[in-house]
Amino acid sequence: MALGFFSRLKEGLSRSTQKLGGNIAAVFTRRRLDDAALEELEELLIAADLGPAVAGRVIDEFRRTRFGNEVTDEEVRVALSAEVARVLEPVAIPFVPDPALKPHVVLVVGVNGTGKTTTIGKMALQYGRAGVRTILVAGDTFRAAAVEQLQIWGERVGAPVIAGAPNADAAGLAYQAFERARAEGADLLLIDTAGRLHNKGALMEELAKIIRVLRKFDETAPHSVLLVLDATTGQNAIEQVRVFKEMVNISGLIVTKLDGSARGGIVVALAEAFGLPVHAVGVGEKAEDLRPFRAADFARGLVGDSVRLTASQPSADPET
Amino acid sequence: MFDSLSGRMTGVFDRLRTRGALSEADVAEAMREVRLAMLDSDVALPVVKDFINRVRERAIGAEVLESISPGQAVAKIVNDALVEALGGAGAVPLNLNAAAPIPILMVGLQGSGKTTTAGKLGLRLGGRERRRVLLASLDTQRPAAQLQLAQLAQRAGVASLPIVAGQTPVQIAQRAMETGRREGYDIVILDTAGRLSIDEALMEEVRQIRAVTNPAETLLVVDAMTGQDAVNTARAFNEAVGVTGIVMTRMDGDARGGAALSMRHITGAPIKLTGSGEKLDALEDFHPERVAGRILGLGDLAGLVEKASDTLDAEESEKLALKMLRGKFDLDDYAAQIKQINKMGSISGILDMLPGMGQMKSQLAGKDLDTSVLKRHTAIISSMTKSERRTPDIIKASRKKRIAAGSGATVQEVNRLLKQFDDMSTMMKRINKLGAKGLMRQGLGALMPKGMMPQGGPGGGRGPGQRPH
Repeated sequence: MALGFFSRLKEGLSRSTQKLGGNIAAVFTRRRLDDAALEELEELLIAADLGPAVAGRVIDEFRRTRFGNEVTDEEVRVALSAEVARVLEPVAIPFVPDPALKPHVVLVVGVNGTGKTTTIGKMALQYGRAGVRTILVAGDTFRAAAVEQLQIWGERVGAPVIAGAPNADAAGLAYQAFERARAEGADLLLIDTAGRLHNKGALMEELAKIIRVLRKFDETAPHSVLLVLDATTGQNAIEQVRVFKEMVNISGLIVTKLDGSARGGIVVALAEAFGLPVHAVGVGEKAEDLRPFRAADFARGLVGDSVRLTASQPSADPET
Repeated sequence: MFDSLSGRMTGVFDRLRTRGALSEADVAEAMREVRLAMLDSDVALPVVKDFINRVRERAIGAEVLESISPGQAVAKIVNDALVEALGGAGAVPLNLNAAAPIPILMVGLQGSGKTTTAGKLGLRLGGRERRRVLLASLDTQRPAAQLQLAQLAQRAGVASLPIVAGQTPVQIAQRAMETGRREGYDIVILDTAGRLSIDEALMEEVRQIRAVTNPAETLLVVDAMTGQDAVNTARAFNEAVGVTGIVMTRMDGDARGGAALSMRHITGAPIKLTGSGEKLDALEDFHPERVAGRILGLGDLAGLVEKASDTLDAEESEKLALKMLRGKFDLDDYAAQIKQINKMGSISGILDMLPGMGQMKSQLAGKDLDTSVLKRHTAIISSMTKSERRTPDIIKASRKKRIAAGSGATVQEVNRLLKQFDDMSTMMKRINKLGAKGLMRQGLGALMPKGMMPQGGPGGGRGPGQRPH
């Protein structure tokens, strides 16, 4: 999996890259870094969904160190990439199931349509291949055909899927599944949940209930609560993460749909605001397209291709 | 984050309003704030720039500078321009002027809500408008997507195209249209797989679907939480299939929905519908003037007033208001007020519409703000004696115990209710002090004592606001 990771992520990010990279080139090819230039650069960052705060800070840094200088697009790319990577580095923490837990219980949460079920399917396949005994729980008992969707994934990847009746109580189902996974000595229990908007108190309380019920069986559960976030989401992602964190104490993020034209700059703003681990990114519809999140790669991908050619930029990815 | 911005916006317009004369610098400063407000609301950058330029031109025109209160004039220009950019006042209906069966094509990114919207549309057209509707899912990508639409069709009480494994989306589309003709359906709703705007193969596929079905409406379904990418999506889909209308989904979230503005700007197609909930009837016509306020964080007073006048008993309200002003508001009145609020729907929905309530709203975010709390309050109050309701001060420990037992609540809940009532009385007194003018100037947010906010943290974790239905 290590081999070619960079190029695959790159492939997925290439659109965003070309767009942002191209813009920077247009603005900064041999140009004096004056107020107008800085403003344009700030706008480019905002347009990448980095968020006004992060964009503003990067610009302040540029103003402090490079104001008035003749800069090339190359220098801008390198500096921007370094700045983005610096923010992301502390949160690039892969998800590693603890084999001692038997099972490591993972609750997967998020607003509607972010890709929770697909992400679980991908995770099941990857861990299944690595010999991790995985059981899936179809905890979205609300949406039409959500159970069937997960069951098809289960068949594809050869993982058992525990499901209840439509509109069954998700907490009870999770409890049963936990019992069974423990009895069968499974390594990993992935619990899917119905999508819910973070501003719906009653639905958020339902999530909290799943956790309370799981804890009746084992006080340490769930061992991870993963929030699946759509990369096309704008500034509202901050509110999303804040509320989910407060209500169900999320332990990490998975960012999906990074292969589209969305630039996923919101990840940078989130890293700065919350410092939550970003475990993985989704860069395609294939099961292999769920990849560990790596700060330097992401930053370089976001900023532009030519950065890769810069000799002074050491590879931060030991596996490539 | 939005609240500070919303406050800032209100501040800017307020400052402008109080000015007699307006310099170009004043306008520029106001425009800077508007620009930030829009960017923070996820309006796409090119759209923001264009918008600001247009507003600036109008704002420094003669008519503004010569008007009696130029600040007001600028605020009005911004608001009007926003409404205009969103498609002007009034909703645009679906175009169903075509020979039956009328094809409606749903397109969009993955997870934007196409299938749910297709189900909602089925319910609306099949139920309210009594058309014969056939739903067909062309989504062969996502597992169980076709089954999902079939289940939604069943719930909506309309027909769905039988699933035939192994057919391509184009084949399914053809079969749907044939079935529609043969079996005399009025409308055929074609739900497609989610696709990325940069996926050439899939965009070509949707082009072919469009070619074989020739839809009367091609609806682009967009998540209201979408960020700056909205521009790319809108452009790509519009170029590929020619979007005729936009559906904004998840309007019940707390995103400001700036994407709405970008969509309209890029495609030129009107926003026709909005989705605001998971229930099948949560599909509404789009009102530009209301979303305009939401984008700038200025609230939707018009909507609130309309909603209030629709649902509230005017006489009753007036009586309550009078009592409030006289400081004679008791628990009976509070119960009456709860009844009225209940009729208006959720509190958070109401807060959304109020200007200057951003701060409070954020403190309430994530808490259960639906009316189940009020139901509890009603129950507790109805377990009190008349004299207790009139003079809550006499309610001490043993009365509290009795009331709690009588209403199936805990003493803590009774305490909380009393505390809240007390805070409310304090608020009334402040209103009296400020007077109507002060209230308008400072916004309702200024009134809220800290105690009115639900307490966060572990202590408040089991508060009445945390109760599931």
